[in-house]
Amino acid sequence: MSLSKKSPIVIEQLRKRQMFDLITNGKRLDGRNLEDIRDLEIEIDIIKKADGSAKVRLGNSEVIAGVKVETGAPFEGLENKGALIVTAEVLPIASPYIEPGPPDEETIELARVVDRGIRESQMIDLDKLVLIPGKTVYVIFVDCSIINADGNLFDATSYAVVAALLSSKLPIFEIRDEKVVDTGKKQEPPITTIPVSITSIRIGNNIIVDPTVEEEACMESRITITTNSNNEYTAIQKGSTGYFTLEQIKFAAQTARVKAETLRTKLKELIK
Amino acid sequence: MDQTILIDENGKRTDGRSIDDLRDVKITIGVLKNADGSASIEFGKNKIMVAVYGPREVHPKHMALPDRCVLRCRYHMSPFSTDTRKNPAPSRREVEISKVMREALEPAIMLEDYPRAAIDVFVEVLQADGGSRCAGIAAASVALADAGVNMKDLVAACAAGKVNDKIVLDINDIEDKEGSADMPVAYLPNLEQITLLQLDGILNESQFNECLEKAIHGCKMVYEIQRKALIEKYFGNDLPEGEEKELEENKEN
Repeated sequence: MSLSKKSPIVIEQLRKRQMFDLITNGKRLDGRNLEDIRDLEIEIDIIKKADGSAKVRLGNSEVIAGVKVETGAPFEGLENKGALIVTAEVLPIASPYIEPGPPDEETIELARVVDRGIRESQMIDLDKLVLIPGKTVYVIFVDCSIINADGNLFDATSYAVVAALLSSKLPIFEIRDEKVVDTGKKQEPPITTIPVSITSIRIGNNIIVDPTVEEEACMESRITITTNSNNEYTAIQKGSTGYFTLEQIKFAAQTARVKAETLRTKLKELIK
Repeated sequence: MDQTILIDENGKRTDGRSIDDLRDVKITIGVLKNADGSASIEFGKNKIMVAVYGPREVHPKHMALPDRCVLRCRYHMSPFSTDTRKNPAPSRREVEISKVMREALEPAIMLEDYPRAAIDVFVEVLQADGGSRCAGIAAASVALADAGVNMKDLVAACAAGKVNDKIVLDINDIEDKEGSADMPVAYLPNLEQITLLQLDGILNESQFNECLEKAIHGCKMVYEIQRKALIEKYFGNDLPEGEEKELEENKEN
């Protein structure tokens, strides 16, 4: 059951006031403009046991993503497609406010929204990952561990997934005598597009891109918008207990398209 | 993708609707005797029941908030509601929908009027037909009104999507599965606030704007049905003064 609760993050009243004052003047606590995204650092191949991996730092938010490839049965209704599964876990090492245990609704939402952004953009051509149609397909797992939480985990996790997939080398499986055999060879993943997720929040009447954890604690509503390489929208999720007006949504959508460009160029460099 | 023909040469969809038609929507209020407020909705083939309990004491007590009411929401699908049996345990999908549903309803409710209390909204999908979260939200907001909870506006909800490269209103089950985009929206029609927005599928900029505006238009149509159901339940044929005229005017529009 989903219930309204207090934010566990405590912000001093003075700091909150300072944040609101700054935002009215188009500035933020860390010196950014309202539409600025924090520095993005990407390291790839940090986990040798994985088929692809990446560590992403978005400001102080840090996420590790690892790709593991197996074979298995396809999803129901998608018998002639490979399977792609994205998971996310906010580890207890990530923040004093996180406790170990089964995922809460926020973590489930995070994993599902990141998964949707990658899946709906059709980043991986799953038609090319079938071994026996209707029976055996490649199953690609991308598991994400959030190791430091400082806001905007949606985007940080999404970039980690994209970076890990772009830099991955998939094992080549073959069917011999109706059995799956790992040939020991590797192949490039069939990439079709690079999805980029951009999250904005509303504080008062201002739309702020890439919020920190302090800004998220003061937000009224949040929106995560994913675009593909053709600049089309592929996934959206509005979150939190406030509202957006139509104009605010159109503004956030436009901002997401513009802001995604530079990040996409950065991610593209990983394939070279 | 999206190869199946879902709109024929006459512009008719699989269920005979044109691209701007809503499915038949029927809302009945006060269907559960024990609940403080309740409603059932038939939205195309969707059959959903909503019960509202509260405002009432919060259990466990430490969940209570000192300055406002706790809104709790559960979206659940019955095992027999889908083509293949659904495991009755709450899935990750249901957890997420419960959350976005609560977040869609919260902006409409005057939670600060009931400090230290809880309002529980139970949404039970008896038969699913695509768009069940929107139908559930529409029914839940009517059930909240039926429970006498103070509200700023009703929450109307409707989806739009892309089918065979056309933007259509209120997509059904097959259009959801075979179509190429689905955008559920919840909207407060009088305050002009969007409280739920999701998208799966690919839309370019003009399609995105068209889809969003179409969904909002659908919400306004759903709102009229919600409003009529409430007026019928509480005033019967004796409409309060001014209402009759207003209803007529809305019809003309």
